[in-house]
Amino acid sequence: MSKRESKRTISRRDALKGFLLGSAGLAVSGGFAPLVRASGESTPGLSAPRGKAKAVIQIWMWGGPSHIDTFDPKPEAGSDYTGPLNKAIETNVSGIRIGQLLPQLAGQADKYSIIRSMSHGINGHETASYVTQTGHTPGVDRLVYPSVGAVSSLFLGRNAGYDGRIPPYVVMTRPLGRFSEVGFLGLRYKPFVTGGDPNQARFAVEGIVSRGITDERQRGRRELLHDLDTLGRAMPDDQRFADLDRCEDKAYELILGDAGKVFDLKDEPKELRERYGRSKFGQSCLVARRLVQLGVPYIAINYEGWDTHKQHFETMNRKLPEMDRGFATLLSDLSEHGLLDSTIVWWGGEFGRTPKVAWQAPWNGGRSHHGRCFCAVVAGGGFAGGRVLGSTDGRGEDVDDRPVHPRELIATIYGQLGIDPTAKMPNHRGLDVPVLPPVKAGGAPAGPLAEILA
Amino acid sequence: MRKLLFIIILALLAGLVRAAEPPPTATFEKRGSFSTRNPIDAAVLSALKRKNIKPAARCSDAVFFRRVHLDLLGMLPEPQQILAFLENRRGNKRAKLIDELLLRDEFAEYQALKWCDLLRVKAEFPINLWPNAVQAYYRWIRDSIRDNRPYDEFARALLTSSGSNFRVAPVNFLRAVQSRSPSGLAQATALTLMGSRIEQWPEDRRKGMEVFFSRVTYKRTAEWKEEIVTLSPAPAGPLVAMFPDGTVARIAPDEDPRKIFAQWLIRPSNEWFTKNVVNRVWCWLVGRGVIHQPDDIREGNPPSNPKLLAVLEKELVSSGYDLRSLYRKILNSSTYQQSPVPRSDHREAEALFAHYIVRPLGAEVLIDALCQITGSTEKYMSAIPEPFTNIPEEQRSVALSDGSISSPFLEMFGRPARDTGLQSERNQNPTEAQRLHMLNSSDVQRRIEQSPRLGALLARSRRDPKKVVENLYLIILSRLPTARELDVIRKYAGRSGPGTRAAAADLVWALLNTKEFLYRH
Repeated sequence: MSKRESKRTISRRDALKGFLLGSAGLAVSGGFAPLVRASGESTPGLSAPRGKAKAVIQIWMWGGPSHIDTFDPKPEAGSDYTGPLNKAIETNVSGIRIGQLLPQLAGQADKYSIIRSMSHGINGHETASYVTQTGHTPGVDRLVYPSVGAVSSLFLGRNAGYDGRIPPYVVMTRPLGRFSEVGFLGLRYKPFVTGGDPNQARFAVEGIVSRGITDERQRGRRELLHDLDTLGRAMPDDQRFADLDRCEDKAYELILGDAGKVFDLKDEPKELRERYGRSKFGQSCLVARRLVQLGVPYIAINYEGWDTHKQHFETMNRKLPEMDRGFATLLSDLSEHGLLDSTIVWWGGEFGRTPKVAWQAPWNGGRSHHGRCFCAVVAGGGFAGGRVLGSTDGRGEDVDDRPVHPRELIATIYGQLGIDPTAKMPNHRGLDVPVLPPVKAGGAPAGPLAEILA
Repeated sequence: MRKLLFIIILALLAGLVRAAEPPPTATFEKRGSFSTRNPIDAAVLSALKRKNIKPAARCSDAVFFRRVHLDLLGMLPEPQQILAFLENRRGNKRAKLIDELLLRDEFAEYQALKWCDLLRVKAEFPINLWPNAVQAYYRWIRDSIRDNRPYDEFARALLTSSGSNFRVAPVNFLRAVQSRSPSGLAQATALTLMGSRIEQWPEDRRKGMEVFFSRVTYKRTAEWKEEIVTLSPAPAGPLVAMFPDGTVARIAPDEDPRKIFAQWLIRPSNEWFTKNVVNRVWCWLVGRGVIHQPDDIREGNPPSNPKLLAVLEKELVSSGYDLRSLYRKILNSSTYQQSPVPRSDHREAEALFAHYIVRPLGAEVLIDALCQITGSTEKYMSAIPEPFTNIPEEQRSVALSDGSISSPFLEMFGRPARDTGLQSERNQNPTEAQRLHMLNSSDVQRRIEQSPRLGALLARSRRDPKKVVENLYLIILSRLPTARELDVIRKYAGRSGPGTRAAAADLVWALLNTKEFLYRH
């Protein structure tokens, strides 16, 4: 069967599925026909999974944030470990103390759980990022797996009837870049990366919010484009061109429609914007809340600048208050909007940082990569608040109790989202590939972290 | 009465214009029917005749000129070159052009990109070659193409070299895998050099193939990230391996098992070897393998035209594995030189090559074209700071050696991650995000508005708007505008004329968003 013929068959089948799904399904079918269907596999999750959580806001701490300066303080370890940050502060949950630069988060501890015993033992950014964001160990079956965001996009996005104009997986504001977030799933599940800066007067979301081009000029230009589409007119039956035209229609819905307004923070109360902090990160948190309100299932905030080999404490003093304000306000704001119960907020990076401070040159007070133990924080979407899972030794160098592999946390997140970890994912090699690997061959995948579920 | 007369005249004029207006296909085609120029055409035509499929017309000179520049060099031609070619009346001008382009350095660069996709040339996760090794490996691949190293030698070097990853470049073939185990190496070898997916082999053959790589080992040196690819000490007795055809091989302890495998693989009579490479080259140039996908060669997936595949194999073997000569044969065929406009709606028309297959430019070629057209550049940086990798801003994206050095643009437009070497890693389907980017991103907008090239063109031809339009067509679409298109543009620009900056910017924007620009055709 030729490519053209197979596509025709597919679009007919799609149309039928679209009919079953209602007009929403119809609108998204066809132009985005995934590769899977062409290889004769079934499309996952035609009906939306029913999880407690409907959305995830992932705060990706790019570079690996220090665990002992944030959520696993060790004030008793001595100044070779604590540096100048030698205090821990009480939170609003008795018995839980966190780093001294996080006073606002200390007031929200009843909303989140801290995992202090995350561990994978990997000290390279790329591999650690991959493991913490996919739950898979590299090289096992020569597949590069998709990140949690891409998997959520697969199971909660267009296939599951998500019909929002904004793509289902949004990343603010820069892409991750150290591994392919979609892995083998392909471009259809790739995140929409906003670019721009929400802290600017105008959040120039790449492709959606354009500079100085009126809607009228947009329409005029589009007409010109169609008038000059000579090859398109020479080949009116071409299926590839029809696919491109469908993408164009979708693009113009975004360009000319109202959906882009979600990125415009002008309507938010000034006081709230200040509470989030007038930083790129703070305002990204606010945009994330707005995206959740709109029904977008997965939002990742790429929070850069945590790879503090040098000038560690200067960076902590500058950045942690910014993070504290944005993260804490996100939790309270989601809660005030009644969205926290259905939205998972997931904070964490690829690893922690060496508890022992490198005072010698060239580091002059820096911390290096530390994959043996690190923290993750989760809130909302059915996760309990006010709990701590696992612990590390007195210096924060190794896990003492209840080691947690990133896979277990990801499995728990999937569980809350209603994504079956044994479900099969489409891939171009046509292999039987589950969302998460079984712990033992033929066994069940990693179990949920019951201790921190509500 | 006068009004009526006016309307009649107008209607008559409109009718005239319509009658005189050539069909849109005329822009892409040349008169004349498919003529058999070489054995490739004979094989294609006989298959088409059997199915009663009419081949497409010959493509126009302008389309051909653009096409070979894109397919061979991965870049657009310049207006002066295009005009010179169009004015050239010699009958052999296409053949001469092909010969010239095959010797350009850009040819080696662009074909190296395809090989590096296949060979997974990438410094970081999950291949982890490391930047120095990537540089060494890339240069060796590119220079092999430039110097037209015979393909049998090329393949043998990949399979059997030993030594340092920084100094003996082809040893990196045995490092560029996700798992450096006998099974990982066997899988990569089958995929790369045989176009076959080892997962689908019977278990005894799979296991038997792994034995050839069972002694490959890696040793660290004092130099940071240097690795020696070598053989581990031989076992006491002979190794028992199995060739992919089921023949058992007993390998004595003093023999390099990789060499035994290479001897079996690299022979004129071993069709695994030639079939794979000719099918890949055909796929790169024509847009679809005779066996499709080109890395899924197996019994259940037959070639769409076996005779054609045999012709290509024979061509390669008889030329002494001269890949450049294979390119030349394919490019000079009428098959390659067909118009993209099909003359048959038979469902097998594409699989049997009844027309040139339109397909996206590809991420790297597209960003390079945007830079070339607007006179802008694109900046790249390695995520690994040491050793510092300097990528000059004027370097083409096509010539990026390292798959780990990327940009949001390249990722969005489907550049492969180089994780597996599978052809399907390069995404060819359009996405909404790509469309948004081309239609409405500040990136594209900035390139157009701040284009020094556009500014100079407008300054030069201020009084001659037609010249501006013609130049923009040549720069972007590699052809002159038709009368109809000139008319459309004149109307769009209105009284201010297409020579103004805003109107010219809109025209550039529109042309950059046409299918004719976005697709090889």
